[in-house]
Amino acid sequence: MTLTAPNAARTQGSVAPAPAGAKPADAPLERAEGRHWSDFAGPAVVFVAFIGLWYLLSMRILPPQKRFLLPTPHRVVNEGLLTWQTGQDRGLFPILRSLWDSIQIAVIGLVITIVIGTALATLMATRRWLERATWPYLVALQSAPILAMTPLIRALIDGVQTQRVLVVVLIAFFPIVNNTLFGLLSVDKSQHELFTLHKVGPFTRLLKLQFPAAMPNIFVGLRISAGLSVIGAVVGDFYFRQGGVVGIGAQIDIYRGRLWGSELIASILLASAFGLVVFILFGVLARLAVGKWHTTTRGQ
Amino acid sequence: MTFPDGTVALEGVSFSVQEREFVTVVGPSGCGKSTLLRIASALERHTTGNCRVERDKIGYVFQDATLLPWRTVRRNVELIAELHGVGSAERTRLAAETIRLVGLTGFEDKYPRQLSGGMKMRASLARSLVMKPRTFLFDEPFGALDEITRERLNDELLRLFQLEGFASLFITHSIPEAVFMSTRVLVMSARPGRIVGDFEVPFPYPRAHDLRYEARFAEICGEVSRTLRGVLA
Repeated sequence: MTLTAPNAARTQGSVAPAPAGAKPADAPLERAEGRHWSDFAGPAVVFVAFIGLWYLLSMRILPPQKRFLLPTPHRVVNEGLLTWQTGQDRGLFPILRSLWDSIQIAVIGLVITIVIGTALATLMATRRWLERATWPYLVALQSAPILAMTPLIRALIDGVQTQRVLVVVLIAFFPIVNNTLFGLLSVDKSQHELFTLHKVGPFTRLLKLQFPAAMPNIFVGLRISAGLSVIGAVVGDFYFRQGGVVGIGAQIDIYRGRLWGSELIASILLASAFGLVVFILFGVLARLAVGKWHTTTRGQ
Repeated sequence: MTFPDGTVALEGVSFSVQEREFVTVVGPSGCGKSTLLRIASALERHTTGNCRVERDKIGYVFQDATLLPWRTVRRNVELIAELHGVGSAERTRLAAETIRLVGLTGFEDKYPRQLSGGMKMRASLARSLVMKPRTFLFDEPFGALDEITRERLNDELLRLFQLEGFASLFITHSIPEAVFMSTRVLVMSARPGRIVGDFEVPFPYPRAHDLRYEARFAEICGEVSRTLRGVLA
């Protein structure tokens, strides 16, 4: 059996014993910054494999009469991304216009989700009966198909924009509540006792103990909900639309109907890219907010 | 002290701790030492008997450091002053003074995860010291530390005890630690916890580090140990 001493860079974050010498301090171990070539090589390899598979599908695997369904990557880039606008609805501009329309809905929906979700989680954390009363319904809401709710939403709420925002909230709601509640409730018992010893009221306890402790969890919830808000916006567009500029979900449906493969795939790529941007954005926010003290927060 | 499930944790325990007194309780695991401390701090209600503790300015040091990981050492030390509504300028002054007292100068802006176990305990001590408590409760604070760090912190805690003169109630598993620190050592029996031994420790303060290796010291440790073993037999 061989025992290998772990090298210092890999044991960062662990606590080194205090030396016996005069200074009580051991030097704090700093996180090794800097990037390794493999950080880039991995994604690059997967990207090349992805493009290769795509070419293989659209030029070899699909039968010739069905190849219009999946245009080759260079055609998608040429027609969907590098052409600004041709005709009324072809090219990049209509895609971006629809994407922007959906982004606005996603952002409004996400802000509402965060406000209501955090407030509900806070109430649930301080009043257990509320948690018991609402929890099963929140879990049910999470898995309820939006498709089945569309007639009801249409009947109860006026205005396509409001309906779309509601779909975003319905889809993005659960992770925020779940993670915030979990964070607020999983504070260390002895830290609670420390506050009890000094006769701290529930509000101060929430502000100075529970919320800071819950921040890593809250950011996990935020990140998931932000991603879901993009999905929610696309789904909402699909079901609720009116004339004029439509959201990206509806636009994708139009391309699908007209068999415009390049625009269809370009739309999917751009919508995914937006989802990625949101994901990274919240990763960076999390790192700025809790990265200094919370070790497992990762940037992207 | 009887718990709701019928477990009798403490029975007929009676003692008092004055200012400038350092009383340590030793006993087997699960004998109710911690319960005793939790009653003294009002974290737990006693079911029978009386408990009078000056809790206006109470210091409590937990088994683990219980630092808030999102606060730097300075802000952790300020915490209790903050909870008691002390103004920001005064808080900064108190924290700086206390950090110096526990020997953490230069580490004010570090986060707990950047500290060693011993330094976390120092920060925890500083946090409890900041309001200059007259009553200090210690729940096996150095139990998780290595021998060398533990002895260093013992020496420093005694120095603080001499300086501030607070009434101390200290819980530990370690007999040498108990004898070295205390004016008086109480030995508790296994559950239900009763006091079965009461030893005055005659050594004057300040106590030198090497006191631990003197014959009289070993003798007292031996007596405490025998009582403790009698309990377990």
